[in-house]
Amino acid sequence: MYTVIASASPSYTGLEIFWFLVIAVLWSMYFLLEGFDFGIGMLLPFLSKDDLDRRVLINTIGPVWDGNEVWLLTAGGATFAAFPNWYATLFSGFYLPLFLILAALIFRGVAFEFRAKRAFPAWRSAWDKAIFWGSVIPSLLWGVAFANILRGVPIGPNESYLGSFFNLLNPYALLGGVTTLLLFALHGAVFASLKTTDAMQERARKAAKGLAPAAAAALLGFLTWTYLNAHHAHNTGIVPPLVPVLAIAAVALVGWLLREKLEGWAFLATAMGVVGLVATIFLNLYPRVMVSSISKTYDLTIGNASSAPYTLKVMTIVALIFTPLVLVYQGWSYWVFRARVKRPPQIHRASDPSETEQSSLTVSAVEPD
Amino acid sequence: MTLLLSRWQFGITTVFHFIFVPLTIGLALMLAIMQTTAYRNRHNPAKFETWSKMTVFWRRLFLINFAIGVVTGIVQEFQFGMNWAAYSRYVGSVFGAPLAVEALLAFFLESTFLGIWIFGKDKVSARIHLASIWIVSVATLLSAYFILSANAWMQHPVGYKVQGNRAVMTNFWAVMTNSTLISSFLHVVSAAIITTAMLVLGVSAWHLLKQRKSGVAPHPVFATSAQLAMIIGSVAIVATMFFGDNQARLMEKQQPMKMAAAEAIYNTQNGASFSLLTIGDLSGNPVFQIRLPHMLSVLADNTWNGSVQGINQIQAKETAKYGPGNYKPILWVTYWTFRIMVGCGIVMFCLMAVGLWLMRKRRLERTTWFLRLSVFAIVLPFLANTTGWIFTEMGRQPWVVFGLLKTSQAVSTVGTGYVVATLVGFTAIYSLLAAVDFGLMAKFARFGADDVDEHDAPNDPVDPDSDTTRVPALIY
Repeated sequence: MYTVIASASPSYTGLEIFWFLVIAVLWSMYFLLEGFDFGIGMLLPFLSKDDLDRRVLINTIGPVWDGNEVWLLTAGGATFAAFPNWYATLFSGFYLPLFLILAALIFRGVAFEFRAKRAFPAWRSAWDKAIFWGSVIPSLLWGVAFANILRGVPIGPNESYLGSFFNLLNPYALLGGVTTLLLFALHGAVFASLKTTDAMQERARKAAKGLAPAAAAALLGFLTWTYLNAHHAHNTGIVPPLVPVLAIAAVALVGWLLREKLEGWAFLATAMGVVGLVATIFLNLYPRVMVSSISKTYDLTIGNASSAPYTLKVMTIVALIFTPLVLVYQGWSYWVFRARVKRPPQIHRASDPSETEQSSLTVSAVEPD
Repeated sequence: MTLLLSRWQFGITTVFHFIFVPLTIGLALMLAIMQTTAYRNRHNPAKFETWSKMTVFWRRLFLINFAIGVVTGIVQEFQFGMNWAAYSRYVGSVFGAPLAVEALLAFFLESTFLGIWIFGKDKVSARIHLASIWIVSVATLLSAYFILSANAWMQHPVGYKVQGNRAVMTNFWAVMTNSTLISSFLHVVSAAIITTAMLVLGVSAWHLLKQRKSGVAPHPVFATSAQLAMIIGSVAIVATMFFGDNQARLMEKQQPMKMAAAEAIYNTQNGASFSLLTIGDLSGNPVFQIRLPHMLSVLADNTWNGSVQGINQIQAKETAKYGPGNYKPILWVTYWTFRIMVGCGIVMFCLMAVGLWLMRKRRLERTTWFLRLSVFAIVLPFLANTTGWIFTEMGRQPWVVFGLLKTSQAVSTVGTGYVVATLVGFTAIYSLLAAVDFGLMAKFARFGADDVDEHDAPNDPVDPDSDTTRVPALIY
């Protein structure tokens, strides 16, 4: 099934190829995990009828979102160590979008922690907006960024980015952004249907059924465009058609899986959609890490962007020892929090002596499961 | 212009980040100690209640602080690429590795086990719950070690060679055992602990004063917190000064210009005196100054008449070595930040000494003037941390990597307009965060020891007679 368009250059070392793979895996893990907590954030206003609903939704990702975000930091650090030129060109080139992503992640991160700290409605709704926009903006911009990495941006001699912010706004990249936005929203809706009960679960299912066709269509459009692009514009990447086809098919099946009440399978399907999307991008990219729209000779590749062999060797040892360990304890924490989050019955109480806005404060009670 | 703006941006974002980092390190450790003490006294109701309530009280402040530390840390991971692309290309092979290792070894542990600790109290056993906070504490220390290894390499590059137009790592072990790293790690971690101890002492003092005013007996939660802060803080302040002194000695060898600039010593001297403060011109014609004879030689060289190099001589030496250029940092910045840092340290040392004496006399909770002083003293460690970092980083200028790469060669080719936008953006966001954080910290610092927040974790031993003992199922 694998079609090799051009013979891979023999000048890349095994370590360079390995670290390209590692970074692809890190981004896949990041989007796979943070994808659904972005989705929860985006759906927050749509799936909730009151503050308690919103707390239920936020608590489905409460114990894990921060750990999910560490995959991003690891991807960033690994890129810095293994491919310094990629790290430098990418983040100085995509300067403003990255700033917007960082600003969004800042507000979103503190919002989770701060929103419940005061009871008055204006406070909470402000942080809810932060969670919503803090989820929408990165979901959109990560898609835009990766589409541009693959499509090509004006990179000149010495790996320098010669474009501006507006080079990044083109139809292909915007479609990429819409695709990740819809895909993460769907991924989050399915996650919510897995992690909540009763009315909330119903709403999540309904949202997922509505989002699934849209996400599948966007994915079909974007991956088709990517495939054509890889064939005609650049003559390097490996294009295995099976990966994008599986991704699209999996997402297209989500609606049916949910109708059959197979939420676990539906989650697996959206996960396949996310990982398939990232895999398609990286498979098309290889052996490049950033494409130059000016000339092929200015492409950043795993060769000219890479770090010293010694660094790659040290990093490989560290990664091989500690990544499995991380997967084990992070997996264990998901298992600890496997129970669904139940909406507790409302009980009014005065609890917080320093707040005057007590009347709207509700707190949950024990519900024996 | 891009250079200047980028430097301001890095300075603002990093100084702001480091307001929160020391408290994360220190409070994680203190909470681990508190929870362990509660656990070990689980069959002793009175002690168990006190230490459990302490855990609950300080956890609120820890989590508010932790959130800001985390989100401002994300910026740190990416801003080298954003604003310092030339630097990133040059140092990536050496400097990138600790950053990646930090994320893989420390951040995953920290975030995962913090999640278990906050949300998992009724889902894991008491022992695992206790282990979680210890793991978080160890992770904060690991994180400090790896990020300081990156910074220490900028101060004193080791384990590398220059290959073409970049530095490449040749010995990871050398980078991880850099003498500058060990010294600064111990200094920074003890400073983080004294920072936390001063906060715990100050907040407890505020409560004790309030209780004294309204004629209530000192609450055991705050009396015990204050004593714990005193014990931990006394050790930490001595350690901070000891390792700081150790750092100064390394600095005299590794970055003599920084040492000379800290003292504004223009010419090499034997038996150099330590300048306590100067009013007027630093360049040798002061209006008024106080100096401690021979002290600088003692500090830098451990000998009464040791030689301390002067700025002019070092400038000549570095010009000969690296070519023409200005190798002097901004003197008034280095001179005064160094003095403020050391001054704050000395005041804290005195406060701790007096506090220990009062504690021995069992008068700590009842000495109003000491408690009042402790409340105001909360600001000291933060001032010392900030000026300490400004001194370390500004004192290394014009170098970004000492002897290898100048700051002016490190910057990205990003348009000035973009940097203006992000500088304004980050400053606005961080100011807003600072205001919100300060408000929340003040709110929860004023919480009584028996007050309950709906945010508290299930099964916390709070107020057994009211309906607030109902277990909240939702934490966020």
